[in-house]
Amino acid sequence: MTAAIAAPRHVRADLVRIASWIDPRSRVLDLGCGDGTLLAYLQNNKDVVGAGVELNDDHVIAAVRRGVQVIQQNLEEGLALFDDQQFDTVVLSQTLQSMHHTEHILREMARVAHYGIVSFPNFGYWPHGWSILSGRMPVTGEMPYQWYDTPNIHLCTLKDFEDLAASLNLRITHLATFNGDREIKVLPGWRSTLAVYRFESPNK
Amino acid sequence: MAELFAPEHSAPDISPIAATVAPAQTQAPLPAGSVGVVSPQYIAFNEPLRLTSGQVLPEYVLAVETYGTLNAERSNAVLICHALNASHHVAGISSDNPKDIGWWDNMVGPGKAVDTDRFFVIGVNNIGSCFGSTGPASINPATGEPWGAAFPMLTVEDWVQAQARLADYFGIRKLAAVMGGSLGGMQALSWAITCPDRVAHCIVIASTPRLSAQNIGFNEVARRSIISDPDFCGGDYYAHGKVPRHGLAVARMVGHITYLSDDDMAVKFGRTQRSPNGNGDFHYGYDVEFEVESYLRYQGEKFSTYFDANTYLLITRALDYFDPARGHGGDLARALEPVSADVLLVSFSTDWRFPPARSREIVRALLKNKRPVTYAEIDAPHGHDAFLLDDRRYHAVIQGYYDRIAAKLALPERSQTTGVLA
Repeated sequence: MTAAIAAPRHVRADLVRIASWIDPRSRVLDLGCGDGTLLAYLQNNKDVVGAGVELNDDHVIAAVRRGVQVIQQNLEEGLALFDDQQFDTVVLSQTLQSMHHTEHILREMARVAHYGIVSFPNFGYWPHGWSILSGRMPVTGEMPYQWYDTPNIHLCTLKDFEDLAASLNLRITHLATFNGDREIKVLPGWRSTLAVYRFESPNK
Repeated sequence: MAELFAPEHSAPDISPIAATVAPAQTQAPLPAGSVGVVSPQYIAFNEPLRLTSGQVLPEYVLAVETYGTLNAERSNAVLICHALNASHHVAGISSDNPKDIGWWDNMVGPGKAVDTDRFFVIGVNNIGSCFGSTGPASINPATGEPWGAAFPMLTVEDWVQAQARLADYFGIRKLAAVMGGSLGGMQALSWAITCPDRVAHCIVIASTPRLSAQNIGFNEVARRSIISDPDFCGGDYYAHGKVPRHGLAVARMVGHITYLSDDDMAVKFGRTQRSPNGNGDFHYGYDVEFEVESYLRYQGEKFSTYFDANTYLLITRALDYFDPARGHGGDLARALEPVSADVLLVSFSTDWRFPPARSREIVRALLKNKRPVTYAEIDAPHGHDAFLLDDRRYHAVIQGYYDRIAAKLALPERSQTTGVLA
């Protein structure tokens, strides 16, 4: 068993893009940080001071092994452990769609950091429409679940998210869209499976 | 356990730093991951210890066990702090009694989470305790009699001060880690506050930044039970050849309830009757009727045969007094401002004595101070006692954290995995 787990060799394209929006040596909070892949990558490549929040025991253990500062907590309980504007950037990667209190977590993100980064599966991906037209709930790579066992309870399209962000006074500064590891620049609302937004907190 | 109060009178062993692990000569093979047969050393300190209360302890002895080897840089030392009723005998098999296994033997040993193949681990009995360090049963040099009620009151900070002198004795300038559960966690936290440049990592398990009114209430019940025992003799029972055994047993029974969760007690005992009448009927009396009563009485009586009542009073009072935020208007973040150590906190979901919310207060304060902090909240059914039990997730977090410390210190990689995670 190795004492330290090195930074992963391959990092997903969306995480690389998220990293490109984060300033070197800034303070980053990663909500639902999993095994600490993104934070370890940011620590090694951008010298950030990072902290993660994660609920799953095995992920917490893996994050500790990676040398990531991880705090075990259920995100649904909010971010009461964190002070206002304590971080430069807060990241919520592929978790928004499974949270009960979508507006609340976005408000909390804007409270604890200057910038927020959110990624979620794009429900507007065109094969989803085709699937619904043919009478079935879509089951695809980013959303591999059957309708009855999915953790994804708040699915949305790009436009849906942009409307919610506007209503919460979150100013969107960047958008990147992906299909697998490929970045999608043409007709992303239909052609992308994953959307990544960066927004500025109204409290900044 | 009969000579508990005796060892202090033996000459302190101030031999060069070496593991106090004797080569295993017993016929039975050692269990995997055991540090082996161990015996304590007794280290005398002649420099008076100025205590928080203003009193002065003129001289004292600390009972100590060590495991593993201190490296040439003296950078791999880990101090383990004990809670209310434990001692310096953290791991291994006592040379006096093969049945006496260290209280944290599942955590500390070669290949265990706190890996003695790589770390030099120090177990120390605190002053005021009754397992070989100077305490109320020791002889007061001023009178030639046992200290008894005259033994000075102690605080967590006093213990840390004495432990720091122990680190000096070993020539250790900076500890790789200070670690403890419950009251031991308070000591670890206090190290990080009062000796920030001497502790690199601080591991605080099932602990709290201060006792609640409920916690103090339970402590007070325990103390009144001891103090109101006619054999207590105002604390000077040694001189009268008495022991307030009943009071101490009841104190332990109360304490024991707070270490277990409601669910745990329901599973362990439920309402099972001890030895019901033939038809399953009650006895309709005050003798033991339920299993839980039998268990608590047994625990209390066993405890009262080896623990010192004055020590119980002193240590519960030190628990009550601990409150680093007190000098900062209750602001824990300000109290923790001096902390520079990397801190790991672990709490257990069913611990109602020091619940997760107390650990989260420490996490929040450290985050506010922009200090590195890691926090694991283990969903375990066993209440406060969980910190002593085998739980793979808990042990994996501790192991992972120590493996990181080892990597930072350029210590060798783990060569084996034993214990809970084997």
